[in-house]
Amino acid sequence: MSRLPQVFKTLSEKNSKALITFVTAGHPTVDTTVPIMHDLVVAGADILELGMPFSDPVAEGPVIQRSSEVALANGMTPKHVFDMVKQFRQTDDVTPVVLMGYLNPIEIIGYENFVSQAHAAGADGFIIVDLPAAEGQAFVEVATAHSMDVIFLLSPTTNDERAQQICDMSSGFHYYVSFKGVTGAGTLDLQECQARIQHLREFSRLPIALGFGVRDGETAQAVARFADAVVVGSALVKLLNDADTLEVGRESLRLLVSEMRRSMDEVK
Amino acid sequence: MSSNPKTPKSYESYPDASGHFGPFGGQFVAETLVEPVNQLTQAYEQIRQDPEFQKALLADLKEYVGRPTPLYYAKAWSQHFGGAKVYLKREDLNHTGAHKINNTMGQVLLAQRMGKTRIIAETGAGQHGVATATVCARLGLPCIVYMGAEDIKRQAINVYRMKLLGAEVISVESGSKTLKDAVNEAMRDWVSNVDDTFYILGSVTGPHPYPQMVRDFQSIIGHEAREQILKQKGRLPDALVACVGGGSNAIGLFHPFLDDKDVKMYGVEAGGSGIASGKHASALSGGKPGVFHGARSYCIVDDAGQVQEAHSISAGLDYPGVGPEHAYLKETDRASYVSIDDDEAVQAFHDLCEIEGIIPALESSHAMAFVKKLAAGMSPQEIIIVNLSGRGDKDIHTLAEREGIAL
Repeated sequence: MSRLPQVFKTLSEKNSKALITFVTAGHPTVDTTVPIMHDLVVAGADILELGMPFSDPVAEGPVIQRSSEVALANGMTPKHVFDMVKQFRQTDDVTPVVLMGYLNPIEIIGYENFVSQAHAAGADGFIIVDLPAAEGQAFVEVATAHSMDVIFLLSPTTNDERAQQICDMSSGFHYYVSFKGVTGAGTLDLQECQARIQHLREFSRLPIALGFGVRDGETAQAVARFADAVVVGSALVKLLNDADTLEVGRESLRLLVSEMRRSMDEVK
Repeated sequence: MSSNPKTPKSYESYPDASGHFGPFGGQFVAETLVEPVNQLTQAYEQIRQDPEFQKALLADLKEYVGRPTPLYYAKAWSQHFGGAKVYLKREDLNHTGAHKINNTMGQVLLAQRMGKTRIIAETGAGQHGVATATVCARLGLPCIVYMGAEDIKRQAINVYRMKLLGAEVISVESGSKTLKDAVNEAMRDWVSNVDDTFYILGSVTGPHPYPQMVRDFQSIIGHEAREQILKQKGRLPDALVACVGGGSNAIGLFHPFLDDKDVKMYGVEAGGSGIASGKHASALSGGKPGVFHGARSYCIVDDAGQVQEAHSISAGLDYPGVGPEHAYLKETDRASYVSIDDDEAVQAFHDLCEIEGIIPALESSHAMAFVKKLAAGMSPQEIIIVNLSGRGDKDIHTLAEREGIAL
C-alpha cells in the first residue's frame, strides 16, 4: 500500500501543505544518500523524491545533469537505489519515497522485475520523466498490481483532453511542471501557475504539486498558497554540488529545507 | 520472409497514427514536449498531402540541391571484385556533399510554413549541421547547432563551414560530449523555446513524427533509384545496401522497395573495433531494445540500462541508437543488419578511390565494404544498388591521421 494518501490526509487535517524534496541517489557519494534522506525528513520534508541517475537526462538542467554524472561515476544502479530505500525504511516507515527517473533502465530491467523490487524495498511510487500518459498504460498496470502510484507530469502545454487522460491515469498526487524548460531554469509566473492549477482541479480531486522553479522559502510559501504540495530539487542538489565538504553541503541542505518548511507553515 | 509471422501485408501503412512501427517508435518525451510533437505531426500531415508544398520542395531539390542524383554502374569495381553488378546511388553529388540536405530542405520549408522563426539542430560529424545551416542561410533563418565538444575537436572543418554559413555552433560539454549529448541539449533547448523554435532532427530517430517525416523526405533516394534501374535495366535490383547510423540514408533507399518482396535489403552498421570488443556503434547487431531519445528501438546499453558511448572511425555512424523503423524491419526479417569494422571500412574507402575515382564518406565506405562480401556470392546477372550517401572530403584528415601522414 502506498504511503502517499495517508500523508496527504494527515497534512490536510492539519491544514498544511506538503514539502516534496528531490535529491539524486548516489550524489555526492553513495554512502551519504540515506543519511541525507533522513536529514530531509527531520528538516521538514513530507515526501522524498529519489532520483535514479540516467546517462541521458533530457529534461534536466546543468545542476541535476551534473549530479547524475557524479552518481553514475560512483557506480549507481537501480539495485543500489533499491538498497538505499530498504535501508531508509529500517528507521522510517512513514515518509513516502517516490522514485524519479527515465524509462530506459526500467525497460531494460523489465517493468515487473523493476516494480516488484521497488515495492519490496519500500518505495511508494514512480515519476518517469520521458513516459507520457499515452505510452504509459502498460507500466501503470504493473505498478497498480503492486499497489504503487504512478505520477504523470502535467505542463503548461498540456491541453484539456490530455489533462483528463493524465489525471485519470495518475495516482498518489499530480505533478504540475511550472514552466516550459528544464529543471533549475526559469522563474515562476505565480499568477499563471495559480490559474493553471485551479483549472486542473476540474479534472481530478487528487492533491496537485508544483515543481520546477521553487528555490527558497519565499517561492515555496508563494506556491503553497495555491498548490497542495511544493517540489524542490535543483536548489537542493546545487547546494550539494557547490559545497566544499560533505558536511557543509548537508548542513546547508538542512537549513534550506527548514526555511522552506517554516515559510510554508506560515501560510495557514 | 513469409516465414516470419510478424511480417505485415504491406509496410506502407507504418507507422500507425500514434507513430508506432509494431512495438517500436512512439513518443517518449517529457510532457511539455507532447503538445509540440503533436502540433508538428499535424503540420506534417498537412504538407504531406499538399501538392503545392511538394511541388515547391521538389523544385528546390532540383534547382538548389542538384537532384536527381545519378545511379551509376560501377563497372570497374564490379569487374575488379567479381560477382553481382554494383550500382551506386550518388548522394555524394548533392549540394553539401551528402543525403542530409534532402531532409533539412523539407523540414526548413515546414518550419517556415508553421511560422517558426528560430531553427535548432544537433550534429555529430557536422554533415547534418552543415546541411541545416545551408538551408537556413538561404531562407534567412537564425540557426543554432548543438555539437559535442569531442566532435568539435574531431571535425574542425565542418564547424568552420557552419560558421561561414551563419550558424551558431554551441559546444556540448555534458555526458560523453558526442552526438547523443548534442541531441539531449537540442531537446532541452526545444523544451525551453517551444513557441518559436523548430527542431530540425537529422535522422529517422526521435519521437514521432520525426522517424516518419525524415523517412519520407529521404525516400526520394529510393524513388529515384527505382525509376532509374527500371529505365537502365528494365528490372528491379536483387539487393539494396546502405550504411546505418541513425538510419536515414538507408531507410530513404529501402522504403520505396519494402513491398517488393524479392528485393533483399542490408543495413550496414559500424563495427568500430568489433562488436566483441564492446567498442562499436552497432545498435541492431550488438544492442538491445530500449527507449532512447524519444522512441522505443534498439540501443547500446549496459545491464543497468545506461546508454553507452558508441565507437566508430566514422563520426556520422557514431551513435548508440537507431531509428525505430529499422528495429521493425529487423524484427519482421524484412532487412538484414550486419556490422563492418573500422579496418574493413578504411580498406573499402581506398578501394573506391583507386578503382572508381570516387572518394566516399567513411560512412558509405562501410556499405562498400559489405558489398564486396555480398557481391562475391552472387552472379554477374544480379544487381546490387548501394547508397553512396556522402563524399569523403570531410574524412581526409581522419584518414591521414590514422595512416600517420602529416598534411
